[in-house]
Amino acid sequence: MTEALGADVVGAAPSGGWRSAVVAGVRRPVPRSVQLRLDVEDRVDHLPGQHYVVRLTAPDGYTAQRSYSIASAPGDPLLELFVERLDDGEVSTHLADVVEPGDVLEVRGPIGGWFVWDGESPALLLAGGSGVVPFVSMLRTARALRRTDLLRIAVSVRTLEQLPYADELLQAGALVVTTREARGIRPAGRLTGADLVPLWEPGQTVYVCGSGGFAESATGLLVELGVPPSVIRVERFGPSGAPV
Amino acid sequence: MPTPTRGFLGRRRERDPRLPPGQYDVGGDWPVLTAEPTPRIAPETWSITVDGLVEQPTTWSWDEAHRLPPSEYRGDIHCVTTWSKLDTRFSGVSVDTLLEAARPTAEAHFVMATSRTGYTANLPLADVTGGKAWLVWDFDGRPLTPEHGGPVRLLVPHLYFWKSAKWVSRLTLLTRDQPGFWEQNGYHDRGDPWRQQRYQGD
Repeated sequence: MTEALGADVVGAAPSGGWRSAVVAGVRRPVPRSVQLRLDVEDRVDHLPGQHYVVRLTAPDGYTAQRSYSIASAPGDPLLELFVERLDDGEVSTHLADVVEPGDVLEVRGPIGGWFVWDGESPALLLAGGSGVVPFVSMLRTARALRRTDLLRIAVSVRTLEQLPYADELLQAGALVVTTREARGIRPAGRLTGADLVPLWEPGQTVYVCGSGGFAESATGLLVELGVPPSVIRVERFGPSGAPV
Repeated sequence: MPTPTRGFLGRRRERDPRLPPGQYDVGGDWPVLTAEPTPRIAPETWSITVDGLVEQPTTWSWDEAHRLPPSEYRGDIHCVTTWSKLDTRFSGVSVDTLLEAARPTAEAHFVMATSRTGYTANLPLADVTGGKAWLVWDFDGRPLTPEHGGPVRLLVPHLYFWKSAKWVSRLTLLTRDQPGFWEQNGYHDRGDPWRQQRYQGD
């Protein structure tokens, strides 16, 4: 990609129907998750922050489908998805435990016109755990555009070992807060308003991605700091359940 | 039929006939999916207005809405992200009751539901009349929590749940359909789960 992304959300609706994707790479860099690199037939460029739907079909025609955030930048020749394995999950367990290079998956996308970054506006990105995935796409896009100066990133995760793309995020200067272990002189603990003060600037769009509990607490911190709710975009995933 | 995925058998072989295609039963859970911060709205500051192409634009306060004839929904709800929740129970007031007071004109064919946050969802008028839509403030006999749209949300359970606008404050009757928030962002204008109308073009 050589120019800033258009403001028009060209990819809001999935372009066409299901496409086949050949699994080109499978990695498990953090526990209980899988990173898939897919070669998608006739792939349409996505905007950073968008997602794909993956559909699995059983021999009797039964299907199950779920949405997963894209980690790759639009200019990457492959589509990279990062999938957290849910113990009672039907699709994530298959992707994490069974899928091998050479397998063919059905995918549909890119989807979503709201939780996307335009590549030219300042943005504050707050993630809980695997909520970093769409932000990795934004970060990689920013690198390709040489506009990493536009992004501020803060991440909350139980332990550093559980953080997907940890090296990449730390290298980009992301604030990483661990809730179950100390890091350096900082004791284990959640993201606080004081963490966000130096990151927040008027004019930013704020993106919050994580579990329901994380999204609720992070947006609460932002609103307390005086960030206008109208500039906050939220993407929640997973069960109603546990905060990070 | 699509080609089977190598090694995939599918876990839930007994499909509940109440589940539309592509949906799974979330059981006792109730995921929260919203695109914006959860607003804290005190019931005494909430109101619902029905306006646009109506003969009598009308606003009801919390107390006034509670004095309308109560109405209940018992049944299932379906989210476009593929979870469904079976056997729910919501109570509030039927949208029919509000429209009987406001009296849509003959030109009114669509409704735009607007939330206090600015969130919008568009619906054909026929999808919110005839006992198919409610404003609800209780879930399972308890006040609806802010995360789930409390104090009051729209409930249109026969369509995907993004149509059931949380924190609803206005229903505007229109001649022509206009896309709401998710509809501008790639999602279907009607959203019938039984026809898998998830995205524009489905």
